[in-house]
Amino acid sequence: MIDVNALVGPYPFRFLPHPDADVLVRVLEREQLSGAWVGHLPSAFYRDPAAGNAQLYTALAPHSPTLKPVPTIRPDWPDWKRNVQTAKEADAPAVRVYPAQWQLAPGDARLAEMALACGDARMAVVLTVRFEDLRQRHPLDVAGDLQPAAVRSLARAGASVRLIVTAASREFIEEVHWGLTPEEQQRVLWDFSWVWGPPEDHLAKLFRTVGSERFVYGTHWPLRLTQNPRANLDLLPDELRDAKLADPARLFA
Amino acid sequence: MTSPESLFDAHAHFLHAGCGRSDWEEVNAARFRAGARMGITCHVASILGSHGFSSPTYFPSPEDVVAGNDAMLELCERQRDLVRMLVTVNPNYTRHALGEIERCVARGAVGIKLLASRRADDPLLDPICELAARRGLPILHHIWQHRRREWPSQEISDGADLARLARRHPTVTFILAHIGGGGDYHHSYAAVRDVQNILADTSGSGVDRGMLDDAIVALGARRLLWGSDLTMETGYAKLRALDHTGLLSPDDIRAIRWRNAARVFCIE
Repeated sequence: MIDVNALVGPYPFRFLPHPDADVLVRVLEREQLSGAWVGHLPSAFYRDPAAGNAQLYTALAPHSPTLKPVPTIRPDWPDWKRNVQTAKEADAPAVRVYPAQWQLAPGDARLAEMALACGDARMAVVLTVRFEDLRQRHPLDVAGDLQPAAVRSLARAGASVRLIVTAASREFIEEVHWGLTPEEQQRVLWDFSWVWGPPEDHLAKLFRTVGSERFVYGTHWPLRLTQNPRANLDLLPDELRDAKLADPARLFA
Repeated sequence: MTSPESLFDAHAHFLHAGCGRSDWEEVNAARFRAGARMGITCHVASILGSHGFSSPTYFPSPEDVVAGNDAMLELCERQRDLVRMLVTVNPNYTRHALGEIERCVARGAVGIKLLASRRADDPLLDPICELAARRGLPILHHIWQHRRREWPSQEISDGADLARLARRHPTVTFILAHIGGGGDYHHSYAAVRDVQNILADTSGSGVDRGMLDDAIVALGARRLLWGSDLTMETGYAKLRALDHTGLLSPDDIRAIRWRNAARVFCIE
C-alpha cells in the first residue's frame, strides 16, 4: 500500500518532530507501507515554490523509488509549464496545488489549464482541504479550507484530469461526489485521513455509498499520526473489512 | 473490569431515543462493536441531554438532562459489566443539578460531566464542586483548548478557566476533556501543568504528531486518561501511538490505558 499524502519539511505554525525523509522511510516500514508520494510542506507557503521543489528532489533522491516526489506548482506563476515538465522528468506521479493559500477562486481557469496539462502528462493533481483543524489555527493562518466547489470545477475541466483530494471530511466528499456526473466522479480519488470512523461510521457510510474504490491511503504525515487511517480501516464493520481501495499507481490505467 | 490488559475509555457518549435520530441504536451499537475490537473493558460514558434535539447540546434543559441521565442509567443496568456513568448536569439550574447528582450517584454514577453551559471558573460551579468533594466524585469538564473568542452554541472554557476552578477546589479531581478535541492543546498543557488535581483525557478527533508526547512531558503518565469521545478511530490511533512515544514504560502505558481511570473513578 502507498501513502499518497506524506510531506517533508517544517510547518510554519507549529513544531513538527523530525519531518525528514529518512524518518519517513522508517515510519513507512513500521506501518508496513510500501512507499509514499511526498510533498514539501513549506512550499505550500512560499510565494515561489521552485526552491522548495529543488529541496524536495534532493531530499528524496537517496530514497527512490520508495519515496516519490510530488512538487508544488503554481498555475498563476510564470513558466509553470516548465515546472510541470521538470516534474515529469523527475518521475513525479502527481503535483500539489494549494488554491486556498494562493487565493485562487474555484473556477480559476489557470488551475483548470494546469490540471489538464498534468493529466496529459499522466500526473495527478493533489489538493489539500486543510492542514490543521480550524479551531487550532495560528492567527496568521487565514487561508481557510479548500472549498468543494474548487474540486468540482477541476473535475469538470476535462477527461484527462485526475485529482487526489486529501484531508476532506464526509460532508465535503459527498458534496463533491454527488455534484459530479458518473464520468467526472471517476476522475477524483479521496484519502480518508480526516474521515470519522465509529461510532458515527462515516468511513463505512462512504464505502457503502461512494464506494471504497474511490479512496486511497493517506496519512498526512508529519502533521498527523500515521496510525490513524489504519485504525480507521481496522474498525470498519465486518462486511467492509475486505473492501478494496484504489491503487494510485493505476490512476491513468 | 480490571486486569493487566484492561482498557478504559474515560470519555464516551451514547445516544437515546430522545435525541431525535432514527439511527441512535446503530450509533450505540457501533461504539460497542468498535470497543470490542479495540479491547475496551469499560466505557465511562455520559448522555448529553437530547444532543441538541429539544434543547442545545451544551445548554441542556433540566427535562433533557433527566431524560439523558435516565437513559444512561438504563444502559448501565443493561451493560453493567461494560459501562459506567457520568451524570450530566447544567449548573445554571443549581438545585436541579445537585439533586440530579445525588439521584444518579445513588444508582451508580461514578462522576460528573460538565458541558459548556457556564464558564468553568463561574461561581455557579462551586456548589457542584463542593458536592463532588463531599462525595469523592471526579468532574469531567468539556474544554476548548485555548479560548481566543466566543464560539456559537456553547459558553466554552479552556484550560486556564478550569485551572482557576481547580485551585478553588483542591480536593476535587478534574479531568480536562479531549486534548484532541479542538484548539491549541499546548495552551492547555501550560495552563494546567502545575495544577495537580487536573488530569487530561486524550480523546478528540485531533491526532497531531507531538500531541501525546508533549502531554506526557507536561503532565506525566499519571495525569493522562485514554479516551475516544466521538471518534474512536483517532482514539485507537493514539492508543497504538503510545508505544512509539519513546517516553513511556509498560507501567506508564497501563496507567494511561486504565489504571488512572480506575483510580479516579473508583472502579475495580
